[in-house]
Amino acid sequence: MSEFEASLSILRNPAIWSYLLRGLMFTFVISVIAVVIGILLGSVLALVRNYCTTKKTWIFKALSAIYIEVFRNTPLLLWIFICLVFCPCPSIFNRQLFGLTSVETKLLFKAAMALILFTSSVIAEIIRGGLNAVPQGQFEAGHSQGFHTVSTMVYIILPQAYKNVIPTLLSQVITTIKDSSYLANVATIELMARMKKLLSSANMYNGTGRINVSDVFVLFGCAAIIYFIINFSLSCFVRYLQGRTKKVARVVE
Amino acid sequence: MSGIFSGGAWAKVWLYRDTFIKGFLNTILVSAAAVLLSLAIGIILGLMATSGKKLFKGISRVYVEIIQNTPLLLQICFLYYAMAFSGHSMGIIPAGMISVGIYHGAYMAEVVRAGISSIPKGQAEAAAASGFGYLGKMFYIILPQSIKIILPPMVNQVVNVIKNTSCLYIIGGADLISLTYSFVTGANTGGAYAPAYLISGLLFFIICFPLSKVAGIWEARLKLRDRR
Repeated sequence: MSEFEASLSILRNPAIWSYLLRGLMFTFVISVIAVVIGILLGSVLALVRNYCTTKKTWIFKALSAIYIEVFRNTPLLLWIFICLVFCPCPSIFNRQLFGLTSVETKLLFKAAMALILFTSSVIAEIIRGGLNAVPQGQFEAGHSQGFHTVSTMVYIILPQAYKNVIPTLLSQVITTIKDSSYLANVATIELMARMKKLLSSANMYNGTGRINVSDVFVLFGCAAIIYFIINFSLSCFVRYLQGRTKKVARVVE
Repeated sequence: MSGIFSGGAWAKVWLYRDTFIKGFLNTILVSAAAVLLSLAIGIILGLMATSGKKLFKGISRVYVEIIQNTPLLLQICFLYYAMAFSGHSMGIIPAGMISVGIYHGAYMAEVVRAGISSIPKGQAEAAAASGFGYLGKMFYIILPQSIKIILPPMVNQVVNVIKNTSCLYIIGGADLISLTYSFVTGANTGGAYAPAYLISGLLFFIICFPLSKVAGIWEARLKLRDRR
């Protein structure tokens, strides 16, 4: 049992908590950025894939279909590795930021880029599902009121499509928070990477001089609890929203 | 990006083609075992969730929530390091099979649960009234009807299993992505980034794309039939 207490003593160290909480913050920031940009990029991709069907514009439709299918059918880790080599990094990120070294900032930017590209393809498919659920009559109604195509999209179709997919988008936030742990593979600075780093140097902190199995349980258990609290509260919120839309639908009927 | 047109890099990839074949086979092996394990877990927990008994329902709910709300990478690290530091070191591939199977078991359970609960209650009651036991009711009445609702999302889960075998990288890795990465960063094989990534991406794509396409078409057809 003393080994277990030694492992728990790691978590009593305030310096370690600030280290971990900063990692958590990075996890959060990366995921939020990936989802926000993913929604913007995904909306464009979904609109292009759904509505660029005329002879002049079919090439755009084909391009966005290829983009979506390629990113959806290959693993995220592959894109992280590819971005590490090929993604150009603007010089603004080539210096010390947020208390990271310049190498880490560059890594962070490139890995986050991979996550954004990957997430945008998934979100594009989600939004396409929402667009397909908007009845055709809405387009005709928009046109008959004198809206042209772009303003029909912006004012009539997209708001309805987003409303349809809000629960799915929120579940995608959960998935993205989980996916961001893949960034641990390239030694960036989010929660999972920091936990793993901490485990490999646990012998310095637990006072017994070596890494015990209880360290694994305490450290990864702690990470699991943090992830669980965030994701479970999000998924409860998703369920609440789904329940409410069902209730609204019933009232309307 | 220039490496993609360099003959030397492609020759290097061709010379070390065994690396890619081995990685590909490992990925297939891990995903096959993980799919079987997740199917077993999914069917058992899905049946438990729809059994109507509070205890069974609770067990399945807790499992699904815990597994779905923590990252796969955390689970595989947990399993692998817990075994390693307690002196029962396990291989990388078995660790991958087990943890990917457990992770996707939770998703399979949700798929099975949704499929079974989409069957009207009257069917179960009719089966019970005709004298079927629990197993008979499930196998002859409920599952044959729900299988067409269950299968498309299940195929999607298989695609995700294949993609998620890349998590093996964090514990040392023997799958396609990890071997590709050690190929392009290796001391005497390094440098051929573009061809190597292209090949391994393509290998993933040719398995996953047909599967997800089939699932998509299947789902669309089911929706069409429902509308009629």
